[in-house]
Amino acid sequence: MLAFALKRIGLVIPTFIGITLLTFAMIRLIPGDPIQVMAGERGVDPVRKAEIMARLGLDRPLWEQYVIYLGNLVQGDLGQSITTKKPVLEEFLALFPATIELSFFAILFAIALGLPGGVIAAVRRGRPFDHMLMAGSLTGYSMPIFWWGLLLILLFSVILGWTPVSGRVSAMVYVPSVTGFMLIDAPLSGEEGALRSALAHLVLPAVVLGTIPLAVVARMTRSSMLEVLNEDYMRTARAKGLSPVRVVLVHGLRNALIPVVTVIGLQVGTLLAGAILTETIFSWPGVGKWLINSIYRRDYPSVQGGILLVACVVILVNLAVDLLYGVLNPRIRHAR
Amino acid sequence: MTAAADAPAPPRPLAEFWRHFAVNRGAVAGLAVVIGLVLVAVLADVIAPYDPARQFRDAFLAPPFWQEGGSTRFLLGTDDVGRDILSRLIHGARLSLMIGLIAVTLSLALGTLLGLVAGFAGGVVEIAIMRAMDVLLALPALLLAIVVVAIIGPGLVNAIFAVSIVVLPHYARLTRAAVLAEINRPYVVASRVAGAGVLRLMFVTVLPNCMAPLIVQATLGFSNAILDAAALGFLGLGAQPPTPEWGAMLASALQFVQRAWWVVTFPGLAILVTVLAFNLMGDGLRDALDPRLKR
Repeated sequence: MLAFALKRIGLVIPTFIGITLLTFAMIRLIPGDPIQVMAGERGVDPVRKAEIMARLGLDRPLWEQYVIYLGNLVQGDLGQSITTKKPVLEEFLALFPATIELSFFAILFAIALGLPGGVIAAVRRGRPFDHMLMAGSLTGYSMPIFWWGLLLILLFSVILGWTPVSGRVSAMVYVPSVTGFMLIDAPLSGEEGALRSALAHLVLPAVVLGTIPLAVVARMTRSSMLEVLNEDYMRTARAKGLSPVRVVLVHGLRNALIPVVTVIGLQVGTLLAGAILTETIFSWPGVGKWLINSIYRRDYPSVQGGILLVACVVILVNLAVDLLYGVLNPRIRHAR
Repeated sequence: MTAAADAPAPPRPLAEFWRHFAVNRGAVAGLAVVIGLVLVAVLADVIAPYDPARQFRDAFLAPPFWQEGGSTRFLLGTDDVGRDILSRLIHGARLSLMIGLIAVTLSLALGTLLGLVAGFAGGVVEIAIMRAMDVLLALPALLLAIVVVAIIGPGLVNAIFAVSIVVLPHYARLTRAAVLAEINRPYVVASRVAGAGVLRLMFVTVLPNCMAPLIVQATLGFSNAILDAAALGFLGLGAQPPTPEWGAMLASALQFVQRAWWVVTFPGLAILVTVLAFNLMGDGLRDALDPRLKR
């Protein structure tokens, strides 16, 4: 297991270095002069420009700039936002809980519906429910989620008036940020109705963000379950006289879960990319919306730092999934 | 599309391929929709009732014809500046298919080339190429597209370029894997012994035998390209406002959600139907072309 873990971690390091090269190169690949671009139409006088160049270290040789960049990264220094003058890491960490909260409930929604759906479809293979699930899954997978979000707002917020249109909590309640997670902070604030309001705000964005993972989880559970259902041990379990429910849920699902867990882990990338769109539609104050706004404002240090951090999260979670897979399925450790 | 699809199976006649493909009713439906879309795109100038940019000052946010207040003058209604939505959707089909076609061609050509080079060269070149592809794969697709647009600036052309880069690694990986599988086969060795140069081995001997997975990926790549380009358009990073691109049409729709459902509904429906059609067709192609599933 240790050798397997070390090998997987070793594989990740070049990717990390590649990502730092990409984010490092990014700011320098922008056509024209980055300072001019950042300054916008107002322009900038030469003295001030030289000053900024020196402050950002842009007047040194490239390799030196990269070494300094790496050195700063190691110390957790991702630069400073041009618009707010705050450290990028601080801004990111302040908003990240909102994105985690949204993503967590999105994946929870996907698992809560996808897992049972996939199991039922597999057991009733070829029946109407199976066809419906497969059609629904393909539709979900093809869904432009930014449009899906608009449709749900149209139905539930505009026509039915059940849910609020945007934000994390009603403007009528004051919730001080303690943990950054609204569902924890809201009850802590002691405000009446704060938790209810937070939940109402969370439902639609979570459903929208969870739609593609739901399609993937349902499909994967179904196909994994179908494979398991034909195994000898399933016949044995049935022959022993166990109830069909027990056979499917205990003997079947437990074995079918391994690839499903992996697929769930791999959804992190989908979730973080989808969060950019979902947060934009619902004005959800998370890192996705922040990243897009940083691009609009040409706040390149924020864009650079944000992308690096998101990429790191994706890589680390994928690594964790890989390692978990090795624990769950010992055969994979010795493959090649 | 059909002409390209026939290419990989020279020993088997077209009929054989069609027999496998036609079994899958969803795939045939997808193909029919795609053919319909291509016709709409090609004939856009003829069948669109109006110029997509023409503004009717007397009809802002006119509802579709079946709703009260709507008329058959604007079948699907008009948007906030009085442009005919149907005409914009029809021209949008042309744009979306073009985005898909250019992105897929670009990434397929470049990805295949990189994969071939990696597979044939081996050593440091292979490691460098494949590691670089891994870096691109480590970022979620839309995020990577946003990075590219953040560097080269927003716009339709840049969005196509961004989307192409995003899907590049898939083709490079597939090609390399296929090359590694083929390169030691007797027919390749025979060709090499007969004195064929590296370029001939790459493009004439090996590449045609690697096409099946690439064609499947390319079909699915169409849907990804269209979806990602629309997402960029929606975020304001792709096609810019006057352009009748489906994603960009939705970008301004958010503020009219309460007053005009048709402005919000139709462009997204067009994206969904198109992406779904390509996905259905891709699934069918995979089943029909995958030798492992063939008897």
